[in-house]
Amino acid sequence: MNASAARFQHRPNSAPVYLDYQATTPVDRRVLDEMLPWFSEKFGNPGSVTHAYGREAEAAVERARSEVAALIGADSREIVFTSGATESNNLAIKGAAHFHRELGKDRVVTAATEHKCVLESARAVEREGFQLTVLRVDAQGLVDMDALRSAVDERTAIVSVMAANNEIGVLQPVAEIGALCRDKGVLFHSDAAQAVGKVPVDVDAMKIDLLSISGHKIYGPKGIGALYVRRRPRARLTPLFDGGGQERGVRSGTLPTPLCVGFGAAARIAAAEMAAEAERLRRLRRRFLAGIQARLPDVRLNGDAERRLPGNLNLSFPGVSALALMQACPGLALSTGSACTAAEVEPSYVLRALGVPDDLAAASLRIGLGRYTTDSEVDFAVEALVAAAQRLAAGERVTAAAGGPT
Amino acid sequence: MSPRAAYLDWNATASLRPEAAAAMTEALARCGNPSSVHRFGREARRALEAARAQLAALVGAAPAEIVFTSGGTEANHLALRGLAGRRVMVSAIEHDSVRHAVPDAAVVPVTPRGIVDLAALDRMLAAEARPALVSLMLANNETGIIQPVAEAARIAHARGALLHCDAVQAAGKLPLDRAALGADLMTLSAHKLGGPPGIGALVVGEGLPLTALLTGGGQERGRRAGTENLPGIAGFGAACAVASDRLDDYRAVAALRDATERRLVAIAPDAVIYGDEVARLPNTLCIAMPGVASATQVLALDLAGVMVSAGAACSSGKVKRSHVLDAMGVSPAEADCAIRISLGWNTTAADVDQVMEAWGALYARTRASAA
Repeated sequence: MNASAARFQHRPNSAPVYLDYQATTPVDRRVLDEMLPWFSEKFGNPGSVTHAYGREAEAAVERARSEVAALIGADSREIVFTSGATESNNLAIKGAAHFHRELGKDRVVTAATEHKCVLESARAVEREGFQLTVLRVDAQGLVDMDALRSAVDERTAIVSVMAANNEIGVLQPVAEIGALCRDKGVLFHSDAAQAVGKVPVDVDAMKIDLLSISGHKIYGPKGIGALYVRRRPRARLTPLFDGGGQERGVRSGTLPTPLCVGFGAAARIAAAEMAAEAERLRRLRRRFLAGIQARLPDVRLNGDAERRLPGNLNLSFPGVSALALMQACPGLALSTGSACTAAEVEPSYVLRALGVPDDLAAASLRIGLGRYTTDSEVDFAVEALVAAAQRLAAGERVTAAAGGPT
Repeated sequence: MSPRAAYLDWNATASLRPEAAAAMTEALARCGNPSSVHRFGREARRALEAARAQLAALVGAAPAEIVFTSGGTEANHLALRGLAGRRVMVSAIEHDSVRHAVPDAAVVPVTPRGIVDLAALDRMLAAEARPALVSLMLANNETGIIQPVAEAARIAHARGALLHCDAVQAAGKLPLDRAALGADLMTLSAHKLGGPPGIGALVVGEGLPLTALLTGGGQERGRRAGTENLPGIAGFGAACAVASDRLDDYRAVAALRDATERRLVAIAPDAVIYGDEVARLPNTLCIAMPGVASATQVLALDLAGVMVSAGAACSSGKVKRSHVLDAMGVSPAEADCAIRISLGWNTTAADVDQVMEAWGALYARTRASAA
């Protein structure tokens, strides 16, 4: 068995090629092996520190915490475990807004291409009376720094700009934004669910105060994530959940030891393998794009070509419906954009924010490459997409010529 | 050599049922976001809905009434904060995640026997101008005492209030029927009933206008955003299915608990048992050894390989005085000497013997040094 086949054991032979790594990633076998004992024989509640099973679980959780911290250059005391990036983003934005309201800060700044849970959290505090600024992005998907500079002032409670976009993979200038926010004395939160483990993220170098991470986007389990909360200078939050007082009172609720352990293992593996994996994925991404554009020259790439996640492509196939294209490629697991809104018929608000016209947005697919993607899968996918797009485009021309509905 | 381990802290967390482990292992090996429309996503969605039906069957609810959360704490918050404009009233013995969910909750007292004072509840509801939401647990986590939830629901409904029931400790140990209880909302946690930690649910009666706490992707019909924890949910579903099938196991557990209690009192005639005169969970035993601090007892038992707790297993590791015993009017001096022994479906007579031996030895030591 060759190396790539060995790595692809999670997928039965008959299953479609998985090209949706921004929606979720399979649990790495090494991660799973570390998790399993904590489900069964080592099942203590990490809060039960007065007995052996509890202490053993607590030690495992703390080890995992330091592994997650190491991946982003943080101190382990700055890691708050949550149920996932959605909760982390809700906690960061609502928690910071609620805490700072007492201090007379009533403004929140975010960007148009943020994940829905960031935008919804920002809108939730807007309904409570906060003034919300949603920054526009340019045609490449990048936040306008001048617009950000003029939007931030002493009344701003929090600025939230993602590190990498989930649909178009675009990497925002997080370090620049962090420097600007630090200068102005404003909290900076970054949703790094897509970026962490894929590209280097360093909370100190980037002057990030709050950072959201997800387990299942880095080959760890679902149901676990973290919010990095800076200690110096301290980022203050009002908790979303109160109760047992876990996570230094910032997030109550029994800690799920197996999920923490899996998240920690995934973070450790990502830290060790990120550089080589990113290089490999960039090569695969180039191969994919070149393969498509060689045969379909009018296919266009959405989002900045270089400042993007190594494993992400977002392509518009002019004149071809993305949904029809997906249906015509049953051998590929693709998406039209965010999984959260996968069933919606509305064009992607992210592509709209880049100024992509609705007809082109409706002709766009997200292609996510990841740890188990192989050269031969890329070639298979290119072949399938090109053939299907050509067939559909021809069919559309026939329909149009016949005067039928388009 | 370290002593044999006897785990008697099942109310803190229960060991995973093998059936739940099997369901999770299968789900963990698959990759798919249940919201994705491709085949991986559709398979994940099917597994999600199958588990939802298993939960619904355990509590006698409709699948559409189940909202998955990250656990009991989140579900309690969603229940108490998700219905805006209501005056929240919680019993004095609720879990901290209920007591602290809203800052200004009114507290309904309990009787010295540990049962919510229904007359007081009715008076409080009658005096309240706003529509109310009453939160009453089905069984207490420290004492195991079962609460008259159905009666409380009738009183609440007669006064135009809604009732939320935290059934975290009761689920899987007692038959559960949301409709018979009259609970408008009900909280469940997987890891207390043989499922994995990190997953819970709120049962929301049809038509209740619940506002989401976590906003975003619109999962769970807009009531709880976030990519679904599918392996956790699959394990939760499987655990619920086993729990329904194996409720009878708890007869044996109750017999073992009762025998434990008799033997402990025989060893220590001055020991105080809480809840022995009322209906209790079959697995829970809350006992005080007067004059010996809870922390001392827990430590001595730990050294002997026996794992129990001095109350709720939460954050600090510090042994805090129980608000539950305090609400029952137990003196601080006595409450400071209480421990909780909680049994599970695979607790053996040998586990209990080990408690007996360690606790008995401590009792003998302290009484000898006092003499």
